[in-house]
Amino acid sequence: MFSTTVTGEQFLTAFIETIQMVGISLFFGSLLGVPIGILLVITRPGGILENKAAYTLLNPVINIVRSLPFIILLVAIIPLTRAIVSTSIGTAAAIVPLIIYIAPYIGRLVENSLLEVNPGILEAAESMGSTPFQVIWHFLLPEAFASLILSLTTATIGLIGATAMAGTVGGGGVGDLAIVYGYQRFDTVVVVATVIILIILVQGIQSLGNTLARKIRRH
Amino acid sequence: MIEIRNVHKTFTRKGIAIEALKGISLKVEKGDIFGVIGYSGAGKSTLIRLVNYLERPTEGQVLVDGHDLGAYSVKELRAAKKNIGMIFQHFNLLESKKVFDNVAIPLVLLKKSKEEIRKRVTELLEFVGLSDKAGSYPNELSGGQKQRVGIARALASNPSILLCDEATSALDPQTTRSILQLLKRVNAEYNITVMIITHEMSVIQEICNKVAVMEEGRIIEQGSVLDVFGHPQHLTTQNFVKTVIQNTITPSVQKTIKTGTGSRICKLNFVGATTTEPLLYEMIRANEVKVNILFANTTEIQEKTLGTVIIQLDGEGAEMNKAVSFLKSNGVDVEEVDPHVLDYSNR
Repeated sequence: MFSTTVTGEQFLTAFIETIQMVGISLFFGSLLGVPIGILLVITRPGGILENKAAYTLLNPVINIVRSLPFIILLVAIIPLTRAIVSTSIGTAAAIVPLIIYIAPYIGRLVENSLLEVNPGILEAAESMGSTPFQVIWHFLLPEAFASLILSLTTATIGLIGATAMAGTVGGGGVGDLAIVYGYQRFDTVVVVATVIILIILVQGIQSLGNTLARKIRRH
Repeated sequence: MIEIRNVHKTFTRKGIAIEALKGISLKVEKGDIFGVIGYSGAGKSTLIRLVNYLERPTEGQVLVDGHDLGAYSVKELRAAKKNIGMIFQHFNLLESKKVFDNVAIPLVLLKKSKEEIRKRVTELLEFVGLSDKAGSYPNELSGGQKQRVGIARALASNPSILLCDEATSALDPQTTRSILQLLKRVNAEYNITVMIITHEMSVIQEICNKVAVMEEGRIIEQGSVLDVFGHPQHLTTQNFVKTVIQNTITPSVQKTIKTGTGSRICKLNFVGATTTEPLLYEMIRANEVKVNILFANTTEIQEKTLGTVIIQLDGEGAEMNKAVSFLKSNGVDVEEVDPHVLDYSNR
């Protein structure tokens, strides 16, 4: 009843692949997403570098990317993926769409975190004659830090969900294992094991994020 | 030092233009503690934000040290702001940074060396009396302590002007006093010109030497605090003055006043030097009048005394006229009052 053809080694490989995909796309996604979030906040009406053109251009672009389900985005940008990593299958090929999927999402989350910062702080910054860079670096980001950690936690968990679909392009990972072995070969053990692994992973990441944010906020 | 020349400021919200300032002109001299008082919505917050160009005038000029802020480039304006410190009603400290780092921020922005920053911050924390709180976070401090941090931070870059935006409005009366005393020391020891906006007349009374009263985007009265408190012209000013100086007859005394022909009631305002002369005595000696004091009060403003006496005069009409002109010629502000319309409503 509890028999399965999938080995522990396969589970380990899949787990590492998931971590790889999440880690790499989170890194590059943040590299793109955090500046996007900052741009949204500073160019918005009343922002420190108010720029109607930039804001009205950026805003819908983010919405467009965000409105695509990941599975469709994955297929739709295959030419772009091929251009960047010169292949359209495998883990590397899954990472490109994952980045494009998560960057605007992070952008929105960062935007929300930064908007929570007390406008009085920004007024104080301006009264000190800060440059826009100084406002962002010395006031905006430190004040939003705890909230940014929670935003990135949410983004990471979103990414874990998206990696399950990476199997479509042969990306591997825990989710792929569950679909290929568990669903298509009726291997209940794999499905259950995958679910448990994912629950533990998500719980762990959320707790880590909460702990970090609490530590920063304590003072 | 600070000169505001015929400034208008119009905000447009959702297509509706609101004129917050309607032609403001004022001058703050070096060393002044200049107070601007008004009810909320009078435009005083907008006014103080003009001085460091957090708000730009729609029309008119703002000059600091003779330079038109509007003529500066963005970079020059940033440099000019380092010369103008500002403190806020809600302190606006960075919750994520310790007291030391909050005070250090303006110096970090100026790219000062670590050693220089340490020295200056230590000195400032000592000045505001918070040397032991350098390692605390703002949320561990009381309101008064937070404002002290705000003051230290505002002074870090060695400004010559300090702007106070309702700096004591969130504090209790006792803390307010201690913060005002600190601002007085800032003015005296560092020779910093202070501009304060407030809705509390007691703040003006306690530390300002000059005051401007605002209403609906206009300055309705301005001058030395002593003059404005001694001779408030406008109804709004009179109401503000009443909040700190009692200058009307108490109701029980009012009931006992018998009026008729040959009796006049006068309110006498003594300002400064006139308070030290025995004028009432001399008036009685020189004229055939009887004097009954219905009310008397003295207040100290700017180390000068402001006295209010309400007297009832009895006697011949001509003698009374002579008595009143004697007081007037000696610099006493004499105001005839009808005891039945004395106003108590705003006390």
